[in-house]
Amino acid sequence: MSEMKKIKNLKEFSTSADRFEGANLLCPGCAHSIIVREVLNATNDDLVLSASTGCLEVCTAVYPYTSWDASWIHIGFENGSTAVAGAEAMYKALKNKGRLKQPDRNPKFVSFAGDGASYDIGFQWISGCMERGHNIMHVVLDNEVYANTGGQRSSSTPIGSSATTAPAGRVSYGEKRNKKDMVSIMASHHIPYAAQVAPNKWKDMVKKIQHGFSVDGPVFINAVSPCTTEWKFDPKDTMMITDLATDSLVFPLYEIIDGHELNITYRPKNVVPVEEYLAAQGRFKHLFKDEYKYLIKEWQERVDANWAYLNRREEARV
Amino acid sequence: MAFDKMELRDIEVWDGNFAAAQALRQCQIDVVAAYPITPSTPIVEGYAKFLADGYVEGEFVMVESEHAAMSGCIGAAAAGGRVATATSSQGFALMVETLYQASGMRLPIVLNVVNRALAAPLNVNGDHSDMYLGRDSGWIQLDAYCPQDAYDLNFIAFKVSEDHEVRLPCMVHQDGFMTSHTAQGVKTLTDDQGYGFVGEYKPMNDMLDFEHPVTHGVQTEEDWHFEHKARQHNDLMTKVFPKIEAAFDAFEKLSGRKYNIVEKYDMDDADVSVVCMGTSVETAREVATEMRAKGIKAGVVGLRVIRPFPFMQIQEVLKDVKAIAVLDRSSPNGAPGMLFNEIAGCLFNTDTKALLSGYVYGLGGRDLTKKHLVDLFTELQANVDAGKILTPLQQFIGVRGPKLSFL
Repeated sequence: MSEMKKIKNLKEFSTSADRFEGANLLCPGCAHSIIVREVLNATNDDLVLSASTGCLEVCTAVYPYTSWDASWIHIGFENGSTAVAGAEAMYKALKNKGRLKQPDRNPKFVSFAGDGASYDIGFQWISGCMERGHNIMHVVLDNEVYANTGGQRSSSTPIGSSATTAPAGRVSYGEKRNKKDMVSIMASHHIPYAAQVAPNKWKDMVKKIQHGFSVDGPVFINAVSPCTTEWKFDPKDTMMITDLATDSLVFPLYEIIDGHELNITYRPKNVVPVEEYLAAQGRFKHLFKDEYKYLIKEWQERVDANWAYLNRREEARV
Repeated sequence: MAFDKMELRDIEVWDGNFAAAQALRQCQIDVVAAYPITPSTPIVEGYAKFLADGYVEGEFVMVESEHAAMSGCIGAAAAGGRVATATSSQGFALMVETLYQASGMRLPIVLNVVNRALAAPLNVNGDHSDMYLGRDSGWIQLDAYCPQDAYDLNFIAFKVSEDHEVRLPCMVHQDGFMTSHTAQGVKTLTDDQGYGFVGEYKPMNDMLDFEHPVTHGVQTEEDWHFEHKARQHNDLMTKVFPKIEAAFDAFEKLSGRKYNIVEKYDMDDADVSVVCMGTSVETAREVATEMRAKGIKAGVVGLRVIRPFPFMQIQEVLKDVKAIAVLDRSSPNGAPGMLFNEIAGCLFNTDTKALLSGYVYGLGGRDLTKKHLVDLFTELQANVDAGKILTPLQQFIGVRGPKLSFL
């Protein structure tokens, strides 16, 4: 059994041994690198990592350089989860056969992928990995858009967001569909642990990641990852936007244990109106025209309804 | 955990699928990630049963698609161990993206491909459409003509593929149903002989070596992509044949069975020759012998190694032949056949004056009969006698309706 890493404060956390180097090509202000560091720094154990094709992958492993000081693999857009699942299967095989080079280690198998690679093209692969019970963690870097290819809508893109393939225009307010509820879908695989996290709430994040590493079986983590480029905000404001996301309850932080036991893990002291979250981002700018203001009202109602639903789920203890 | 050895008779009656499954058992695969598809399913079913009965140890991951099967194989191989799977047809087509990734990442995976037609129209029977689809994917491709070959070539595949100078994945092809579901006598190796031949897996750049973290599957653009692809191609062209030859020699010493990069039958003085692959090689061989009794000096060339393509070996074996028929068991869909083109390419710039014609046959499991081959050899001899090709350059064998021919 691996030892749980003890983290006292943010300074100590941020100066942990880095296995993901600052030398990468991600945009200034990108939340991906913050999330990845938080996940990796939650453990001292060895890591086998994958990245599906996307921003994280193209910005961290451009030959002849690598930003990864840990075992890392990228195959394609849809199959990063299955890549670590294959590696985990090999680990089990070699462990049983007594052929591990370092048999005393307790490696953690983590797959990182964007929302496009998780909600859309990689959906089947992730579902397969969850169903088969691999001892892996899949972390979605959820920026609600195909950012690497220039801002196309994914099934994580929320209503009213302007994306290049669902643009706001003279007669359109942009994306027409609501975001896919991926955490629920993954929890419905009755995996031991599914959770939504945000990089601003790092203690909550570390607790959840460490819990995820401690359970036996697949873990699904959805991490909100504000995208300075596609959400259209100033790179210095990443954490401010993340605060708005969590405190407006657009991104509520919660966990689902064994597919049924839901716990809300963060209750903002002062809940911020959704309007403030939307107003801070260029992708929702058009919603503030008179003809689309009803959408902001609907947004608030939807967020309220979801929060009420999560609370009922938590109270019900089912 | 331990596993039991299996006592085999010197000759077992196995179909091609079970022969391949037995070879995988004897090679002691660490991870098999697989998805069922006709006609290759019995290979992974056989492996699963060996596991269930305690004759192998390792992980068998039954995934949700062929794409995931190869993705899992890639992850497992990069982690550092022996990996294999099997597929056919549509499953192979779904895998294609990952086939290029496996070879480009230089991972020695063995894939048994039980050849089957590609839809549409849907068809479960054998032809070489899937085999042809893999030909540019950067894999080594070996071709079995019968269950014995399907068994033996799996050992060769691991031996060559896992060699640190090669590190390229390898397909072992066999014809759907004609080989995969046809039981024949198969001469066996003992478990110790089989495993001894391939040896213990020697990892390289393995992700499970935590003292040496490694990054697999990087991005390269116009600055480095070409070098990677060129070196992979160069290794296929220059390093693989010597390793295959060495493996064939070692295997002959072990088993007494001799394989060759190009298999030739009655070619020493042949005037007319058929070039083909798969089960058709055996049919053509039998007919060639019969043609010789009729005074036609017939021979047969079978490809044992499809990729890398044995350019020089083909040139050598065909240099004195007067008429050659190249048989393609895949619809060229708008061109002469792949094999026809490869053979034509080999012979260009040589002194040969051979008359070269192409035949498309056997699509979707349509039989290639001895009568077809008798007619074909007869046509070749007529071409030789006339000093020119009397038939169209491309013909279809055994297709109903008005005779289709082109060029």
